[in-house]
Amino acid sequence: MTTTSTPTPAAKAAGATADYLDQRTGIGVVVKTFARKIFPDHWSFLLGEIALYSFVTILISGVFLTMFFVPSMGETTYTGPWSSMQGVEMSQAFSSTLRLSFEVRGGLLMRQVHHWAALIFMAAIVTHMMRVFFTGAFRKPRELNWVVGFTLLILGMLAGFSGYSLPDDVLSGNGLRIADGVIKAVPLIGSYTSYFVFGGEFPGQELIPRLFTVHVLLIPALILALIGLHLLFVVLHKHTQYPGSGRTEKNVVGYPVLPVYAAKAGGFFFVVFGVIALMGATMSINAVWNYGPYDPSPVSAGAQPDWYMLFLEGSLRLMPGQAEFVTWGGYTVSANIIIPAMIVPGILFTMLAAYPFIEAAVTGDRREHHVLDRPRNRPFRTAFGVSIVVAFFILALAGSNDLIATHFHLSINDITWAFRVLIFVGPWLSFVITKRICLGLQRKDRELVLHGHETGRIVRFASGEYIEVHKPLDAHERWLRVQHEAIRPLEIEPAEDSRGVRRKGYALDRMRQRVSQVFYEDRVEPVTPAELAASHSHGEHDALEADVHEPTQVGGGSHLVEPDAETGAEGRNPQI
Amino acid sequence: MSTHDTHSHELEPHGDGTLPDRFENPGHPEHHQRLGDLDPKANKKAERQVLALFTVSVVGTIAFAVAYFALGDPTTDPTKIASATRTENLWLGLTLAFALLGIGTGAVHWAKTLMNDHEMSEERHAIASDAESREAALQALQDGAEDSGISRRGALKGAVIGALALFPITIALPLIGNIGGDWNVGKLKHTMWKKGTRLARDPSGRAIKASDVTIGSVFHVIPENLEEAEHPLDEKAKAVVLLIRLDPRDIKSEQGEGWSYDGIVAYSKICTHVGCPVALYEQQTHHLLCPCHQSTFDVADSAKVVFGPAKRALPQLPITIDDEGYLIAQSDFHEPVGPSFWERKK
Repeated sequence: MTTTSTPTPAAKAAGATADYLDQRTGIGVVVKTFARKIFPDHWSFLLGEIALYSFVTILISGVFLTMFFVPSMGETTYTGPWSSMQGVEMSQAFSSTLRLSFEVRGGLLMRQVHHWAALIFMAAIVTHMMRVFFTGAFRKPRELNWVVGFTLLILGMLAGFSGYSLPDDVLSGNGLRIADGVIKAVPLIGSYTSYFVFGGEFPGQELIPRLFTVHVLLIPALILALIGLHLLFVVLHKHTQYPGSGRTEKNVVGYPVLPVYAAKAGGFFFVVFGVIALMGATMSINAVWNYGPYDPSPVSAGAQPDWYMLFLEGSLRLMPGQAEFVTWGGYTVSANIIIPAMIVPGILFTMLAAYPFIEAAVTGDRREHHVLDRPRNRPFRTAFGVSIVVAFFILALAGSNDLIATHFHLSINDITWAFRVLIFVGPWLSFVITKRICLGLQRKDRELVLHGHETGRIVRFASGEYIEVHKPLDAHERWLRVQHEAIRPLEIEPAEDSRGVRRKGYALDRMRQRVSQVFYEDRVEPVTPAELAASHSHGEHDALEADVHEPTQVGGGSHLVEPDAETGAEGRNPQI
Repeated sequence: MSTHDTHSHELEPHGDGTLPDRFENPGHPEHHQRLGDLDPKANKKAERQVLALFTVSVVGTIAFAVAYFALGDPTTDPTKIASATRTENLWLGLTLAFALLGIGTGAVHWAKTLMNDHEMSEERHAIASDAESREAALQALQDGAEDSGISRRGALKGAVIGALALFPITIALPLIGNIGGDWNVGKLKHTMWKKGTRLARDPSGRAIKASDVTIGSVFHVIPENLEEAEHPLDEKAKAVVLLIRLDPRDIKSEQGEGWSYDGIVAYSKICTHVGCPVALYEQQTHHLLCPCHQSTFDVADSAKVVFGPAKRALPQLPITIDDEGYLIAQSDFHEPVGPSFWERKK
């Protein structure tokens, strides 16, 4: 099969293997299609890769841990080398975690690698999701893949929670106790659901083995399957690319899988694993031997869940207790738990999952999009995304209100009240500010395209007038700033036809139009060739060309004019 | 000046004298060659760097093995176990990191400096199948349905759906029957406190005499007979109590007449919010603070909520003393302890 005239033995062997495989699998077609497939390059595309590789790291270290961890709540008395726990009654789960930490050589490293990798996994998922959101990578045809990714986020949270609860230490035990309290708050079926989870009363004898199965079998299997689907979609859709010269909706510009991405991505796995190993080597995490085994009575102050659960904790902390009430008939409704633990996260996550579909509906856009948006060019989306991030961030901070209180010597009650106000004001304010910043950046782009870069060169005319010479953008620089479309609000047909008969479906159209106006009313249009030509003629070219030999574009001083195209479709100026 | 050329070119009017509505994509930018592409020396240097990085990995792996054997078992000297474990973790982790980072950075450096870095372009095609394939797919589905005869045989359709819908019961029934234990959620409403149960210290289980409790002191309390329970941990999760002695003049209210003994009050330690142990007591204000979500209860005033996400007061355990002066419960709590649930008042 080799084409060289004198094949080396190695090449011969490779050729024979390839032939053997192809005759049995037909893999040649696959290799032909994918070996030189093009992927675009950008640092932000690494975020998803970090998630994938930290997951692989989790699998490797996790398999190691299962060899020694005993998922049992059976009581035992500790007799191992860690002196402060000697003679203490504990579950086998906790005692085997101590054994993993002190007696299994390298076990502590694997535990710490596993835990750090889980934190990195979630951080990578969240930042990857932010990249996808803010660049509009979720648009057609990738909406379904957004939902797959969203499901992975939820599964990642469940994987993390079920994992850090396994050692059965006092910290995670209190986390489970909180979970139990939240479950019991569910109207009608709460106490039965709690029995369902715990196999009877809290904490019972069943939970750790059950969590173990969930943590090492159910959730990883689901995550693996969904990662497979997620990547299948990426291959199917081909990767999105950032806007730039030569990049269009019809092509994908970048480097081939073989050899560039095989080396870069393959190497990057080792980089991610290596950095996590470095963290596991130098940063202690979840030192359960200091906490002690779970006991329903003790608790430590300043206890925090892992970072990705903090928002739930904060949400619970902010809610005033008065919301709990007893219905007619004497049933208790714990709205003080249902609202912060189910309704608020429910709303935030639903908005996140549904956003691609909402945006598609109000944009009325059915085209495929493969060139990413610059976040500034979609002010509503960017502002909306930022306000969701801010909401989660405020809740996460509220989940650390006790640490804030002790570090900054503030009253915990004041901090809690501040966050109660902030959770309403913060997202709104960040929405307004972000939108303004986006529009401002777009105006700056217009300004640059129309008038070029400042050069710092001052030219004096014979008449005594001074102007600063501006250097025009080259075609590539300019293209980045003019390539986007400014989406306009939907236009709909009037409510009545020419004979005055009311049209069916008008109310729905009107509603879509209203939402569309909220999204796209305020906008800055990209510079058109005609505008650029017009701005050229402002400058007194003729006068300048006598003095200046370089091809330059003048502007500045009295010649710098306001962009005049920021007018809406209806001839109104946008609301600033 | 090429900049100027493209510039003026794009602003060239159409034949009819109008300008285009939008700018044209200027096409791929010029490829810039790397130093290594132009200078064989730089190229060779990059190759040596890649080689060095992979060597770092090999050295890291060897160092890992050396550290594993050289450091020895950290558990041999129990007095130094903490520092020995820390040292072992540091060395194994650092050498592992070098073994991994060497491979990673080596491969990435190779790709960036030595592999062809000419950008390539590949065409995209619409995701949707073409009309013909769609037609054929639809036809295939119709043919399949036709062959099965499912539309004509209504009874069969019903039978298949019915059987498929019912069979999961065979798995669900024993699962649901067993997974919730005995499903007796009524147990949530009772604890093991009974008339005469002595209050004992947690975790020693020693009974407490009223005279041991000085004003302002706090005791973490369990029922004396906790270890006799079938599932002590389950019982403890409901029965733990905080015992506090106040100056009787400070007590503004209690949940029941005569439920305290000489300024000694006993309240459930399980937060009425989501069930954390309410463990922090502030002597000056008589406030109990839950460290999980900061619900604050006023022990001097029936343990009512003064701040935070809890709604209900901590249930009070009625106490008194027996003949020997030990504190005992008058009865169980008069309401369910811990987090609220739907039928708690039923």
